[in-house]
Amino acid sequence: MPAETLTLAKALNTGLRTALERDPKVLVMGEDVGKLGGVFRVTDGLQKDFGEDRVIDTPLGESAIIGTAIGLALRGYRPVCEIQFDGFVYPAYDQIVSQLAKMHYRSQGRLRMPIVVRIPFGGGIGAVEHHSESPEAYFAHTAGLKVVACSNPADAHWMIRQAIASDDPIVFLEPKRRYWEKAPVDPDAEPYPLFASRVLREGTDCTVVAYGPMVRTALDAATASANEGGRSLEVVDLRSLSPLDLGPVFASVRKTGRLVVVHEAPGNLGLGSEVAARVQEECFYSLESPVLRVGGFDTPYPPARLEEEYLPDLDRLLDAVDRTYAY
Amino acid sequence: MSVADPGPELIQLLTPEGERVDHPDYSLELTDGEYRDLYRDLVLVRRIDLEATALQRQGELGIWASLLGQEAAQIGSGRAMAPQDMAFPTYREHAVGYCKGVDPLKMLGLFRGVDQGSWDPRESNFHLYTIVIGAQCLHATGYAMGIQKDGKVGGDDGEAVIAYFGDGATSQGDVNEAFIWASVFEAPVVFFCQNNQYAISEPLERQTRVPLYRRAAGFGFPGVRVDGNDVLATLAVTRAALDRARQGEGPTLVEAYTYRMGAHTTSDDPTRYRIASEVEAWKLKDPIERVRSFLHKQQLVDEAFLAEVEAEADALAARLRAGCLAMPDPAPSAIFDHVYADGSPELDAQRESFARYLSRFEEAGTDAR
Ligand SMILES: Cc1ncc(C[n+]2csc(CCOP(=O)(O)OP(=O)(O)O)c2C)c(N)n1
Repeated sequence: MPAETLTLAKALNTGLRTALERDPKVLVMGEDVGKLGGVFRVTDGLQKDFGEDRVIDTPLGESAIIGTAIGLALRGYRPVCEIQFDGFVYPAYDQIVSQLAKMHYRSQGRLRMPIVVRIPFGGGIGAVEHHSESPEAYFAHTAGLKVVACSNPADAHWMIRQAIASDDPIVFLEPKRRYWEKAPVDPDAEPYPLFASRVLREGTDCTVVAYGPMVRTALDAATASANEGGRSLEVVDLRSLSPLDLGPVFASVRKTGRLVVVHEAPGNLGLGSEVAARVQEECFYSLESPVLRVGGFDTPYPPARLEEEYLPDLDRLLDAVDRTYAY
Repeated sequence: MSVADPGPELIQLLTPEGERVDHPDYSLELTDGEYRDLYRDLVLVRRIDLEATALQRQGELGIWASLLGQEAAQIGSGRAMAPQDMAFPTYREHAVGYCKGVDPLKMLGLFRGVDQGSWDPRESNFHLYTIVIGAQCLHATGYAMGIQKDGKVGGDDGEAVIAYFGDGATSQGDVNEAFIWASVFEAPVVFFCQNNQYAISEPLERQTRVPLYRRAAGFGFPGVRVDGNDVLATLAVTRAALDRARQGEGPTLVEAYTYRMGAHTTSDDPTRYRIASEVEAWKLKDPIERVRSFLHKQQLVDEAFLAEVEAEADALAARLRAGCLAMPDPAPSAIFDHVYADGSPELDAQRESFARYLSRFEEAGTDAR
């Protein structure tokens, strides 16, 4: 198949389709994923083609979605669970954190949990409360879970396929405000490894680490900075939030001497804090300035008319880059 | 019989044709004026809803959850409440808020994205909207337990609570846990389920194999199924359930059998999962039409009254529109307001630093971005 230009949502859809085609044990389950094709249409057409047995409209209940997926996994299935919005994963938190994450450990490796929990995450779509959250730190903090975030259509397609093929439970974060962004996806290309970060743009002055929806913001900031004759930014897409793959970040920081980490989630104890801690441990003598974090404020996600102010944007990112030069 | 068939147990006092019928367990004596008031309520809340939908289409609201088709379920139950009774709504109970005296304009704020509920729940006895499905049923139960502890049950002046939720919500753990707690503690709460047949795209059959009202028996309290498009029956049934709670006899599940005539919200496309003929069939059971024909048949209204109600609806819609357009966006610093009752020095520092950051753009005479 030749490369096709797809939206991120469609790239996920084709990734799910391939997984369903290749492995009869793969199931898709969640609220409204069947007939409706999901509220973002990520599962559009899958029930029609794979049947109600494999693409399951579940009763309304997140704890039950994950809890039954665990049971299905014990029977050899590979459930891909959709949580409709980030803010609705919390009813399933207990099943994810206490049961799913620990099963392999408790069973001394006898029981594998090849479950993917897909969560559209982040803000920027003008939604009402509970529809714009960034819960990644809760999951990344939980041993036994892996957490990944895609940022573009090609990664979306490949990462969902790789996540489904993995025998570990994976929280799969989808940047919902980027669902409609398009890029070429080559389903035959050699995929980049799932748990690897990736330098998306090379630069010499300052490293910017981002993931999910903020990757586009970081790339735009790098372009703006270059166009304004300003600084040359190197952008690293983290992709895997747990485990972290910081080798490329260390290499980049050793080159640039500066690092800004950006995410939508509140700064306090966010992913940026972990990245900053590890970078100062590994790259202390290369750093020209403290590592700076740009994130959402330490408040609940605000009403939609305030989200432009709340969310990190190009200006706040470039402001932080400027500040790394103030030391 | 499919679970979606209302069955003979459906309590009805007013048929879709506008005929008043009797029910052995539920009677309702209303004055002519009270009948007219109910009609007026129904017309006004439908107009609020239509205006909000229009405002969303024009980009003034981010989203709207329409109550179209559910007016009788909400007005009937809303008018059954005494002022001291407390309501815990989902995101769709605009007509209940109206009954509790909340300015409909305030109910637009959440959907416009300027706030997350700007009315005072303590003044109106109408709690904030709860979007996370089912959570409010536990809050309602706990509130009812508090009423009990305060000794405010057992007399005619007792207090009761009503928890609103949908058919989809009945699958959620919180709702089932609320049933258990309310039952064990005999809490003065009425569980009011508007079975509008869908949870977004999923039909009732995805949530249950038995009629929902029958679930109550397993939890140890009575359940009834009322015609949710019949404002009179809903009023009578809810009033009886609230009185029962008020007297200290514990919870009741009321299943108001109705239909969501519109999309789940303005973001939804129902043509993907239901057929037009189904919607057409429910149009014949319209909650307002039947009251209008009853009023006509009984000669309780004349053209002047109907015109007056229309004019009132027009004026309300105009006020809503103007008020919505005039609703200011909150100031950026509002992000930091009310996070804690006792404040936080860290957050104060963040607020100040953000203000300094913004003022740099002002000094430069540019917008951020
Ligand atoms: C815990 C949780 N999961 C998912 C959602 C997304 N969601 C919003 S409304 C809805 C369906 C609710 O159906 P029902 O309870 O029947 O109420 P209705 O909207 O029909 O009034 C869903 C799944 C949510 N709001 N909360």
